[in-house]
Amino acid sequence: MFYREAGQFKTSYKQYMQAFPIREDRIGIAIWLAIALFYVPFFGLPGLEYTFAMNAIMIPVVIFTITAIGLNILVGFTGQISLGTGAFMGVGAYACYKLTTYFPDVNIIIIILASGFVSAAVGAMFGLPSLRIKGFYLVVATLAAQFFLEWCFIRVEWLYNYNPSGAIEVPQREVFGLIVTGAAAEPATRYLMVLGFLILLTIIAGNLVRGRVGRGWMMIRDMDIAAELIGVRPLRTKLSAFAVSSYYCGVSGALMVFVWLGAAEVESFDVNHSFLYLFMVIFGGLGSITGSYMGAAFIWTFPILMKEMGKRLFDIDPIIMENVSLVAIGALIVFILIKEPHGLARLWQLVKQKLRIWPFAH
Amino acid sequence: MLKKLITGALTAAVAITASINAAQAEDELFIPMLSYRTGPFAGGGIPFANGFHDYLEMLNARDGGIGGAKVVLEECETAYNAQKGVECYEATKGKGALVYNPLSTGITLQLIPKAPVDEIPVLSMGYGLSAAGVGETFPWTFTYPTSYWSQMSSILKYIDQNGGLKGKKIGFIYLDAGYGREPIPLLEQLAPEMGFELAMFPVAGKEMQAQSAQWLNVRKERPDWMIMWGWGAMNATAIKEAAKIRFPMDRFIGNWWSSAHADLVPVGETGKGYIGANFSGIGTDFPAIQDIIKYVVEAGNSQADPSTVGNVLYNRGVYNAVIVAEAISAAQKMTGKKSISGADMRMGLENFVLDQARLGELGLAGFTGDLKGDCVDHEGGGSVFFQQWNGSDFVKISDPIAPMADVVKPLLEEAAAAYKADKPEWQGQTCG
Repeated sequence: MFYREAGQFKTSYKQYMQAFPIREDRIGIAIWLAIALFYVPFFGLPGLEYTFAMNAIMIPVVIFTITAIGLNILVGFTGQISLGTGAFMGVGAYACYKLTTYFPDVNIIIIILASGFVSAAVGAMFGLPSLRIKGFYLVVATLAAQFFLEWCFIRVEWLYNYNPSGAIEVPQREVFGLIVTGAAAEPATRYLMVLGFLILLTIIAGNLVRGRVGRGWMMIRDMDIAAELIGVRPLRTKLSAFAVSSYYCGVSGALMVFVWLGAAEVESFDVNHSFLYLFMVIFGGLGSITGSYMGAAFIWTFPILMKEMGKRLFDIDPIIMENVSLVAIGALIVFILIKEPHGLARLWQLVKQKLRIWPFAH
Repeated sequence: MLKKLITGALTAAVAITASINAAQAEDELFIPMLSYRTGPFAGGGIPFANGFHDYLEMLNARDGGIGGAKVVLEECETAYNAQKGVECYEATKGKGALVYNPLSTGITLQLIPKAPVDEIPVLSMGYGLSAAGVGETFPWTFTYPTSYWSQMSSILKYIDQNGGLKGKKIGFIYLDAGYGREPIPLLEQLAPEMGFELAMFPVAGKEMQAQSAQWLNVRKERPDWMIMWGWGAMNATAIKEAAKIRFPMDRFIGNWWSSAHADLVPVGETGKGYIGANFSGIGTDFPAIQDIIKYVVEAGNSQADPSTVGNVLYNRGVYNAVIVAEAISAAQKMTGKKSISGADMRMGLENFVLDQARLGELGLAGFTGDLKGDCVDHEGGGSVFFQQWNGSDFVKISDPIAPMADVVKPLLEEAAAAYKADKPEWQGQTCG
């Protein structure tokens, strides 16, 4: 009824291959984009204070969506489990810091995009063991990357310009006369900047996964021997997945520190964060870009909304709510893994299916 | 199922929208409390949060607030996590926050650049960025009563007074993170000047509870004194390991985050003789602490276990609250207003006087050394004293030992200059 592709004929190959072949999907995306671009930067979220909605919810959600898409490329599309996400984000952040302090006059957007390449190189290097080992063994190898990089962030003082605080402190940078990093940046500017990155990277990721490269990743995931037999090169495919995934993580790490946090110690890139990002991907749906959006938004906002609800509706102590939301997230992950292993993305597909045939049951 | 979900979500959304917070009432002093009662460091975060909360609640119950305005506290849980710290900051700053006590170096570093923009001062009491003690560079940040560098210089002075430093070997065991590494430049500078030898023993965050390797090295190096910059589980582990290699406890000095009851109670008799630096009085023998017990703890308004009242970290929380309260009343006097703003609070923090006479009036005679707010000096006078563990409790063993200001100040100024070097837009202040 609401979702009906009957009557929408494709008359050319180009139409058939477009990213959203169904008209309703296109309308839906346009509405979401309009809300994200024209409503949120000016009004925030309904019921929440503006700067809180922007700085504590929207900006981090957009940044973590980039992380989730990156991790999903590796875990969901290529089937290589990684626990080094936090550290790869750190590589991006430290690279961005070094680059922008060396070249203070270069546009920060270019610096952020460039720092992703440093992260991609490091990611590809730590992806090398994936050619020989799989599954749990690969998890251990990426965990080693996580710990090694954390060690570097503490020990290699050059990385943080020998600051006595051992942290990277973000200098103020302007783009076209607008302050985009540092404390003086307006929330709306920062939000629109990260949103721009997200839209760009989503378009790239969407086209990568439905093209030749992405199909190679999925072949490797589904059966690597068969993929090799029909001509997919494991070396190139796996390393490209690691590189692209780390690129996304690096960009999101740089954005996290420069646009959101403003200063960061190694603690912002520790293994707990790696787990958090993995939860986002699993919860949202492995092998789905829409799922990355939903997973990041859900895992990040759920505890905050729980806390707000507890405070406003039942006047519960936030400390108790903190613990309750930890328990609830854990329980939800177990529940989702049992009931819907394909995550929120699959739930959305089911909803779509229902809408399509509504009001009939079949 | 789907229908229920949708109705549920809608109800929740409506409920949230309907309950947007009401505006501030007239005479209220809103103080956000960034605390950590969960997470790996909760053992230290809980008593501190209790002390801070209970002192201000006591002022509300006993005096009706500060200068006639009630103190409104809002606790926000950070779990010692920098990202949650941002969330807490954003959730509370719009409600008229007067001052932030971030209680974590990571969160402090994020708030330092935000403070001048939002005009809310940051009081990082004895943690955070040492350089923030330079008031001309950091008008909005305060590290009263002292910084890590001053503390280290007081510790070295204590060693010098108790057997001399010249020709001795000093071992430094530290958490291998920004916090633990902070005093290293000072140590490296002072070692040749004061004629002692230095041996470093870093402990990685993940090995906090497995330090046998480090202590094996300590046994090899045979330092005359050990100094520790630890936090959380690292402290008790280090003391146990020191006991195992029979390192003399009365030559083992912990900094003020390494010598609390939470660290020593699990060690008990083994840690007898262990020395710690501190800047806030211990025990409950102060009239103000007695008032806290009477008005807050016994009234059931405290989350603290009554036996922990008067512990090192509890009293440090109290001291933090005392500085906040004194700065508020100084600001009230200067502006003539009952409810003040963050900018007024900054003036208060630069102008309060907490000398022994004032401490006596507050019921805290002898609790700590003199502290005076100042425009140039956002660090304070030090007042670090030493305490010793007797197997079941801490006993004060020294008077306050002044830091070596002549050595520390240039280092602080150098660090402050380095901080703003790559930030051309950074705004300092000139002091008249």
